[in-house]
Amino acid sequence: MAQIFHRSTNFISRLTIYGAVVIIGALGYALYAIAMSPWYTDQNVKRQQPVPFSHRHHAGELGIDCRYCHTSVEKSSFAGVPPTQTCMTCHSQIWTNASMLEPVRASYRDDKSLEWIRVNALPDFVYFDHSIHVAKGVGCTTCHGQIAEMPLTERAGTLYMSWCLECHRQPEKYVRPKSEVFNPYYEPPSAGEQLKMGKKLVAEYNIKSLQTCSTCHR
Amino acid sequence: MASEGSHNTAGVADPDPIIGPGHTFETVTDKISSIVLTRPVTPGWVFGLLIAFGALMLLNLTITLLMIKGVGIWGIRVPTAWGFAIVNFVWWIGIGHAGTLISAILLLLHQKWRTSINRFAEAMTLFAVMCAGMFPLLHMGRPWMFFYMMPYPNPMWMWPQFRSPLVWDVFAVTTYLTVSLLFWFVGLIPDLATLRDRAKNKTAKIIYGMLSMGWRGSAVHWSRYETASLLLAGLATPLVVSVHTVVSFDFTIGIIPGWHTTIFPPYFVAGAIYSGFAMVLTLAIPIRKFYHLEDLVTARHLDIMAKVMLATGLIVAYGYLIEAFLAFYSGDQYEIYMMKNRFHGPYAPLYWMLISCNIIIPQLLWSRKVRRNVGLLFVLSLVVNVGMWLERFVIIVISLSRDFIPSSWGMYYPTRWDWATYIGTFGLFFTLFFLFIRFLPMISIVEVRSLVHETNEEKGHS
Repeated sequence: MAQIFHRSTNFISRLTIYGAVVIIGALGYALYAIAMSPWYTDQNVKRQQPVPFSHRHHAGELGIDCRYCHTSVEKSSFAGVPPTQTCMTCHSQIWTNASMLEPVRASYRDDKSLEWIRVNALPDFVYFDHSIHVAKGVGCTTCHGQIAEMPLTERAGTLYMSWCLECHRQPEKYVRPKSEVFNPYYEPPSAGEQLKMGKKLVAEYNIKSLQTCSTCHR
Repeated sequence: MASEGSHNTAGVADPDPIIGPGHTFETVTDKISSIVLTRPVTPGWVFGLLIAFGALMLLNLTITLLMIKGVGIWGIRVPTAWGFAIVNFVWWIGIGHAGTLISAILLLLHQKWRTSINRFAEAMTLFAVMCAGMFPLLHMGRPWMFFYMMPYPNPMWMWPQFRSPLVWDVFAVTTYLTVSLLFWFVGLIPDLATLRDRAKNKTAKIIYGMLSMGWRGSAVHWSRYETASLLLAGLATPLVVSVHTVVSFDFTIGIIPGWHTTIFPPYFVAGAIYSGFAMVLTLAIPIRKFYHLEDLVTARHLDIMAKVMLATGLIVAYGYLIEAFLAFYSGDQYEIYMMKNRFHGPYAPLYWMLISCNIIIPQLLWSRKVRRNVGLLFVLSLVVNVGMWLERFVIIVISLSRDFIPSSWGMYYPTRWDWATYIGTFGLFFTLFFLFIRFLPMISIVEVRSLVHETNEEKGHS
């Protein structure tokens, strides 16, 4: 009786068995890589805005305080996007003819808001409050990254729940003195020092490591 | 081994054999493999498959609608949020248990009579677990998010709630499905090789050849096959007890009256085996008739299965009795009310139907005449299937519909889509089963052959 299968099929059958393990592993890694990629998370992806506003220039080089524009950050859940009037406090005096700023002037003239593209948007099922974080010694740059070095604003974190929990589980690793919250150039001390200071601050500011579901999913 | 195949068992008459007289290795192989290889497609099979397939399409329709509209198409409303989906889940998974008991525990206990029923009982297990598994998934409302129940590294840094029995359920059922599938497949390998060697059709040769994974029947193959079977039987044995224990935890962990009971695990396991054997009988009786397998699945088999049913049925009856006794003995007003509500409440007819189907009617099985009456046994197996389904309905719906506060009471009425889902899973089950009996040997050729060998040995090589 002739053989149904040629000898070479032995190799194929072994390949499929061992290959399955490799393929499943590779598939799992690929899914993980996609989930963590900037393509999926928008982390470190620069957004084109109606006016190429530079945080590097304003918050960094000029040293304008964050709260000059984001006025409600200490009082409200939302830090606040400044109205055109805020821009015009300066730009009615300087760079008044710059073509780059024409949309700002147009907005001011026509009383129509500039439509900024949101960079950090949490899903609607997450409750987040800026004021409490700022009040407990979480600096702007802790979440928003090196904002003073961003010519165009980008998302600094993945905004994944794991990213939130990183700090919520160990606030002592990230907390800073309240006086440094709005300092865009703040450098945390060495890891050991940070932990020592962090533990002290956690106790002093009465920071709770809130991890219950309903803290954020209300 | 094959040379001994010519020994004939005729001559010495066992009054009640587990294999018909006159069988040799060759006749066994011929008989079982011919159903797959040479038997023409019969109108009866096509008709049965078409009905089952129609029901399967009904399931597709229901699931599609469920995806579009959500679980609201079912009758589940607060307070009865568990309804048919969970009733059917527990019922189907319970049915599977007989297959595992037959293939694993009875193998370890060297019960020879299991050989001719274990293959299709295992298939029944596999298909029943598939049907069962669909219900919790569909009941989640967003079945495409099922992977949330699995612990896997995720960007939420979240694990499932390991303290919840619903998560244990996920592990219990997936383990059960995996082990059952492996056990079934490993058992099939030598038979698939037989089919490969006997097939005339080229495609059949290739397909059975691939499935038999290069089986040549060498001594090494056999030795490994035996070891693998034994190991898998060892793995599957605790599952017979553990899976339905975990299922019963879904209820016992809850504080609802009628759920919060320590007797649930043993009584659920007994109930599972009870309903499982009923289903094996429901399937075995028509199959042996239509495929003329009366000399392989003998009257003795049916008799033994009926006895197992009777025994497990009595354990279940004991469970009901203790449940009722403890409700009153506890002195707890909610427990007492739960029991009275079962006796006289709005769902009382179902409770009394359950008692008749599961306790009273099966007492007929004490009689040998009844156990040997194939038609009556078939009817009784259906009665027990209905009874076990009612048991889950009574536990789930009666308890949920009336808990502690009368203001939160509410009735549960199944909608047509509840029924459609239930009937649909029958479609899935029987479609798979019809395909199984057509394309795979429904009785283990290898094991029946070794049974023939042993029977001959016992008779001292007549």
